[in-house]
Amino acid sequence: MVCIKQVPATTAAKRYTADLRLDRAAAEAVINPLDEYAIEQALRLQESGAVESVGYLSMGPDQAGEALRRALAMGGDDATLVTDPALGGADAWATARVLAAALDKLAPDVALMGMASDDARGSLVPGAVAALRGVPLLSYGSELRIEGSAARVRRLTADGFDIVEAPMPVVASVTDQVGEPRYASLKGIMAAKRKPMETWSLADIGLSADDLHGAALTRVVEARKPEAKSPTERVEGVGADEAVTRIADWLAARKLI
Amino acid sequence: MVRELADERIAPRAAEIDATAEFPWDLKELLAKQDLIGIAFSARFGGTELDNIGQAIVVEEIARADATTSLIVIVQKLGALPIMVAGTEEQQARYFPRLASGEWMAAFGLTEASAGSDVAGIRMRARRDGDDYVLSGSKRFITHGSIANLVTIFAMTDPAAGRKGLSAFIVETDTPGFSAPRVEHKMGIRGSPTAELHFDEVRVPAANRIGEEGEGFSIAMATLDRSRLSIAAQAVGIAQGATDFAVSYAAQREQFGERIADMEGIQFMLADMASGIEAARQLTYAAAAAVDANAADLAYWTSSAKLIAGDMAMRVTTDAVQVLGGYGYVSEYPVERMMRDAKITQLYEGTQQVQRMIVARQLLRRAGVSRPSR
Repeated sequence: MVCIKQVPATTAAKRYTADLRLDRAAAEAVINPLDEYAIEQALRLQESGAVESVGYLSMGPDQAGEALRRALAMGGDDATLVTDPALGGADAWATARVLAAALDKLAPDVALMGMASDDARGSLVPGAVAALRGVPLLSYGSELRIEGSAARVRRLTADGFDIVEAPMPVVASVTDQVGEPRYASLKGIMAAKRKPMETWSLADIGLSADDLHGAALTRVVEARKPEAKSPTERVEGVGADEAVTRIADWLAARKLI
Repeated sequence: MVRELADERIAPRAAEIDATAEFPWDLKELLAKQDLIGIAFSARFGGTELDNIGQAIVVEEIARADATTSLIVIVQKLGALPIMVAGTEEQQARYFPRLASGEWMAAFGLTEASAGSDVAGIRMRARRDGDDYVLSGSKRFITHGSIANLVTIFAMTDPAAGRKGLSAFIVETDTPGFSAPRVEHKMGIRGSPTAELHFDEVRVPAANRIGEEGEGFSIAMATLDRSRLSIAAQAVGIAQGATDFAVSYAAQREQFGERIADMEGIQFMLADMASGIEAARQLTYAAAAAVDANAADLAYWTSSAKLIAGDMAMRVTTDAVQVLGGYGYVSEYPVERMMRDAKITQLYEGTQQVQRMIVARQLLRRAGVSRPSR
């Protein structure tokens, strides 16, 4: 089961609502690019016969169904969307709570996630879901393998790599080292329209709005643009030789070369 | 999906394909893998079976990035169209799965050195010999002719009968006697090999004849009436690519202390480019709908679309070069390539003058004042 999040495209212009939440309806939305690596990893495991089926789980507004449909176009079998008016403004904790409850119901061997979301970049959800479900966490894998009844990740470290293994069920997260995510094929896009997708409310996974404490334990206090850095120096309107000399001088003056 | 693929994988290759004039085999594999090479083929033969509007959109999006690469999709269909319109179930079942998957490539062999639009001038002969036909002669300007596994060839079975003596054949290019001795050096679509084909007593089984003897002319016309739609879509795509680039360039180029995009002279050019594209695109879609409906006057629509879109693409790409000024004229920027690529859309699958003849003929027929065909 791959957990995916719909996020605003990196290049999209972003607007904020009055309570400093991202105005998601205003921005072009995509599958969190780091989740695409999790999808790719899951599909490779399915193609090699290591896992029988690949499903997708997402929590978000109705339009997050588009992200699930896109994932199904890449491959996999079915998808589940948890959506509920009470989930507006959900923070990492509330998200983890909801995903954990949905995963309790879906009971997959592996709940696979990207290493972070492109918008919040908290990297909290995989660990929180594992803790809430009381299952092992295999985080930051550059590769995930299934060995019998165990899952195993290879995790790059500063001086080599660790192999971490745990009996399933597990929560795992993978990095962009797993390999380039595939493009959806045309037949994949057409087939995705016919793949089953379920929509669950909070009640369907046995939670209420009260369980989520107003969907967030955290509050955004301030949002502001990063301060502008000193202006970029451009070398323009000179020949290639002269440009190279000037750039080299600039770097040398700062002892960078 | 197609736009993403075109932006990320095809556009970055376009300048190199143009400079080296090498066929992009890697992109052909990519298009095959993404099920885009078989968009025109029936699902029962493993194709993606898009309708003609869907096919036009795919061709446009690829041509927006690179015209050469869009020909991979266009010619796969063009080469197979004679078999689609007049081939037997057995012929389709034998060849279409390999074409739909991209394992094989197709080409369409009608034109000869001295017979372009004047199909009745074809000199290539097909002589019946037992259960075979023996083909001899030459073809010229055959797109993908040197890399295709299968070419649909038009040859005279009865030279005295003029165009009524023309017949169509499926030729597998590994047949003894077939050769592609030369490819052209071209102004545009440079990565797409345009070949001269030579047939030295090439023996083709009678089972590979498409339709009956003498039906070649009507098969060729039925093919071109449908395939011209792809050229209209290609023209729209080339023009869109040039306009997209010109707009982003105008937004960052500063002269006299302001962005040239804020100058009325540039704005009017960009507006004319965009609205011209939109008009041609909508006409192309209307023509696609006519082909989908197999309308009796579909040639009127596809010829109109190719005429309008091809001329528009030439004008718009020329204007894109103008917006970039001197930078537009150098190969560092893509618009000069797009301008060279656009020119072919006014020439192949019938020149713009031939399109006008077809449109006029349909007009006279509608008015009930057409002359009997010569």
